[in-house]
Order: sequence, then C-alpha cells, then structure tokens
Amino acid sequence: MDTYSFLRQLADSWVLILMTVLFVAIVLFAYRPGSRKLQDDAANSIFRNERRPAPDLAEPARNKKEA
Amino acid sequence: MWDYVKLVVLGLVAVLAAIAANRALDPAYLVNAIVIMLAAAATFIVVARGMYEPKVVASANEYNDGVVRAGVIATAFWGVVGFLVGDFIAFQLAFPSLNIPGVEGILNFGRLRPLHTSAVIFAFGGNALIMSAFYIVQRTCATRLWGGNLGWFVFWGWQLMIVLAATSYILGGTQGKEYAETVWYIDLWIAVVWVAFLLTFMGTLIKRKEPHIYVANWFLLSMILTVAMLHIVNNLAIPVSIFSSKSVSAFSGVQDAMTQWWYGHNAVGFFLTAGFLGMMYYFVPKQAERPVYSYKLSIIHFWALIFLYIWAGPHHLHFTALPDWAQTLGMVFSIMLWMPSWGGMINGLMTLSGAWDKLRTDPVIRMMVVSIGFYGMSTFEGPMMSIKAVNSLSHYTDWTIGHVHSGALGWNGMITFGALYFLVPRLWNRDGLYSLRLVSWHFWLATIGIVLYAASMWVTGIMEGLMWREVDANGFLVNAFADTVAAKFPMYVVRAVGGQLFVIGALIMCYNLWMTVRAQPSRAAQPAAVPAE
Repeated sequence: MDTYSFLRQLADSWVLILMTVLFVAIVLFAYRPGSRKLQDDAANSIFRNERRPAPDLAEPARNKKEA
Repeated sequence: MWDYVKLVVLGLVAVLAAIAANRALDPAYLVNAIVIMLAAAATFIVVARGMYEPKVVASANEYNDGVVRAGVIATAFWGVVGFLVGDFIAFQLAFPSLNIPGVEGILNFGRLRPLHTSAVIFAFGGNALIMSAFYIVQRTCATRLWGGNLGWFVFWGWQLMIVLAATSYILGGTQGKEYAETVWYIDLWIAVVWVAFLLTFMGTLIKRKEPHIYVANWFLLSMILTVAMLHIVNNLAIPVSIFSSKSVSAFSGVQDAMTQWWYGHNAVGFFLTAGFLGMMYYFVPKQAERPVYSYKLSIIHFWALIFLYIWAGPHHLHFTALPDWAQTLGMVFSIMLWMPSWGGMINGLMTLSGAWDKLRTDPVIRMMVVSIGFYGMSTFEGPMMSIKAVNSLSHYTDWTIGHVHSGALGWNGMITFGALYFLVPRLWNRDGLYSLRLVSWHFWLATIGIVLYAASMWVTGIMEGLMWREVDANGFLVNAFADTVAAKFPMYVVRAVGGQLFVIGALIMCYNLWMTVRAQPSRAAQPAAVPAE
C-alpha cells in the first residue's frame, strides 16, 4: 500500500476514533465533580491583581484580602 | 559586556545590509535592505547612547506596561493606516481613474490590496493581539512579563516587519500567496519575532502566581503556537538568490494550494478568531464587571475550536483539482464549527445577564456586544458559504469580501476598539475616558459603515454570481464579465462610503484616546493597603 492510501485510511479510522475519544474525554473532564469551585475561582481571577503583581510569598489563603 | 555584543551584531547587520542593498537584484529587495540598514544603525545609536547610563532595574513588583502602551499606540496608528488604504482601494474599484497615471505599478489596486490586507490583519490585528496578550497574561498570572526587554524586542521587531512588508508590496515583492505575501527574508524575521513572542508568553505563564491558567490565555497561546506552525510550513521556499526577494515554494500544484489554504483559513481561525476570543474572554467580563457566564462552556468552546478549525481550510478550494473527499471534509468541518462558535457567542453575550442596563449607559460595552454579535453572524455565514451548493454561487464573488469584512470590521475591529477604550484610561492612569459621547459617535459610525458594507456586498455578490451562471435557451452564457463589473458600480460606491464612515469613526477614537491621555485628570492614588478592585 502506498503512503497516501495508508495515511488516508489511518486518518479516517483509528486517528478519527482517537480524536473523538480525546475530545469527549476533555468535555467530561470539564464536568468532573468538584470542578465548579476551581472554575469559579478561575473565572474570578481576572478581578484580582489589577494594579500590581501578587506578592512573592504564596499565602495560604491566596489573595483573600484582595477579593 | 552584553552591550558590546549587541553593538557588534548591530554593526555587522548594518554593514551586511548595505552590501546587500548594493547587490540587490530587484527594487523591493533594495529598499528592504536599506530599511534594515537604517533600523540596525538607529538601534546601534540607541544602544551606544544608553551604555553608560545607570541601568534601571525593573521592579518585579510592577507590571511591564510600557510595552503595552506602545502596543496601544501602534494598534491605533496602523488601524487608521490600514482602514485608509482599504477605503482608497474601495474607491479605486468604483472609479478606476484613481489608479493614478505616473505611479502605476506602485499605487494601483493590485499593489495596494495586499498592503491593505496585511496592514489590517498583521499591523492592526497583530499589534492588538500582542499588546493585549502582554496585558492579559500579566494580570491573570499576577506576575511581571517574563524575559526583561524581550517584550520590547517583540514590539519593535513586529513594527520593523510591518515597514518591510509595506515597502516591499508596493515595489512588487510578493510570494503570491494570500495573507502570506511577505517574501522569504521577511518570513524568516517574522519567525524570529514570533518565537520571541512565544517565549515571553510561555515564560510568564510558567512563573505565574495564580494556580489556574485563565481561559483567555489558552486562546492566546493556541493562537501563538498555531500561527508559528502555519507560518513556517506555508512559507517553506527556496530563494532564487540571497540578493533577490523572489523564491520558489517547496510545494507545487494542488499540494501548494492546499497548504496555502490550510494556512489561510487558520490565519482566520487562529489569528483572527482564537486570539481575539482571548481578548473577548478577558475584556468583556472586565468591562461588565462580572465573571464570564459559564467557565465550563468556555473550556468546551476552546477545545471544540481547536479540534475543528484546523480541518476547515479545503472549503476555499471547492470545485478545484483538490480531491472531492478533501473538499467534503472541509465543508463538513466548517459546518460543525458553527456550534462551538455560537457557544462562544452565547457565553460572551450572557456574561452581561443581570447587567443589561449597562448597554444603555456604557457605549464601550455596547461596542463589545456588537462585536460578539458580528462574531456570531459571520460564524453563521461562513459555514453556510462553505456548503458546496451555496459556494457554487458565492465563490469568487463579492459576497466573500462582504463576509470577510463583517468578521474583520465587526468582530475584530469592534472588539479591538472596545479593548483600546478599556486600556487607555488604565494604562495612562486616567480617570475614565475623555468623552463617552464621542465613543457613541464612533460606535454608530462604525456600525452603520459595516451595515452598508455588508449589505452592498451581499447584493453585488449574489447578483454577479447569478449573472455568471445565467445561460440562454441554447446553453450559452448571457453575460460577459464586463457586464457584471458595470452592474456592480452603485454597490461599489455604497461600500466605499460605508468604509469611509468606519475610517471617520476610527479617527474620532484616536482623538478621544489622545484627549484622554492629555486632558483627563489622573486617577486618585490608591491607598497602599486597599487594592484597586
């Protein structure tokens, strides 16, 4: 089988399945239990640190006072 | 020591560029070599003068906003230049006598058209993307831009690229590939600058102080990575001489065409869509003062775009020598793209839910909302036009031009204007914009301009498509090509007038931003313990 036909068959069989499974897995991962809290935190991260960078020390309650 | 290395390199570049100019085989190469020589000499002087000045160590406790301010100015400047050239060539199409005798071969439509497209996409859009990427990545990573002055290298390197490209186009330097006209040595320079951009962005992401990488950065990073890949592959070419701007593509025939439109469509998909979506996901929630409607939806929006967009390119080559299966694949993926695009549009619009009253009071948010509306409209129109049956009518007609401009003026233009209005008071520490009334004027002029543009192009596009395919009872074509050109005249005038309104709006914006910096009082200093928001 020449390279073209081989790649063409590979692309519309195994690679297609792989990509579809990968995509579905990513979507399911976004819906995993416990993701809401992290996502809400990320969505609100744009309202922190507007004027200057966060201080160096990783505070345990990160940026609480900067809510 | 480092300064001496810089001086040696810059001096060498200037001398080599002078030698290259002396041996140049074509005018585009000659002028480009002189531009490079002058740029190297100017940089040499700047470095030499700064050598014995005390070095200012940038505080890690501050954002690098200087380069963002420069980017804001460059975006506004190149925007006006690109729009003006675009409107001029629109008038040239309506009134061919504007191809002025004496400067034919320099300022005629064929030479100015790539100047317009590159100026608006790469100069206006590129600067908008670079400056907002630098602004957003610093804020969302809560850390200063990585790489010291590398950000400045990216900025000045990009401006040099723009000047090289513009001077080369009007003198006939081109690869003949749409949106990839820049000749081989400019392509090499773009690759260098773009890799520096990638390093700056990645470096900042790596040293971030936020645990999560905010979704806007995903879009921006995907834009940087994909554009690097597309640019390098599509521009694989062998120069005919190192003293000539001409080169020969590494691909030929339909492979070359497919590579070009794989590049071309993803320039739209990643440069003008993913990158600007990164802007949307930051500036719209910030201006609305509410987090994005659904963070989950934004994640799905991102991955769906990434998985689908890269396959849509073949729809530019319907009914050509490209294999049928590839055309159908491009069509199917284009149609599937409709869903993530509208998911993203809904996500952007619904960010305003509960704050719709801001539409009445804040013309900046109105601008952003209209831009999202145009994003939705052009991402519906595009998939529809990629259907083969529709494409047989629309391809090669002005409908395509109308579609591109409702996306470029409506979506890219308006979101960039919104970002500029958002950024200028913050970057120059001013107490709000100079005039909201002028923002409203800009908004309405631009919106009416786009509507005139898109509507006239629909009319003329469908008309010429129908005229081209019209046959008489014996199967002969009814219309000659020149008949369609004559019939299109009124629509061309309407289009040019619409473009003019858009240019006037942009000029009003420049005045407004200028006065914001000059005349507005400084924002009151914040007490140290209380953060800005």
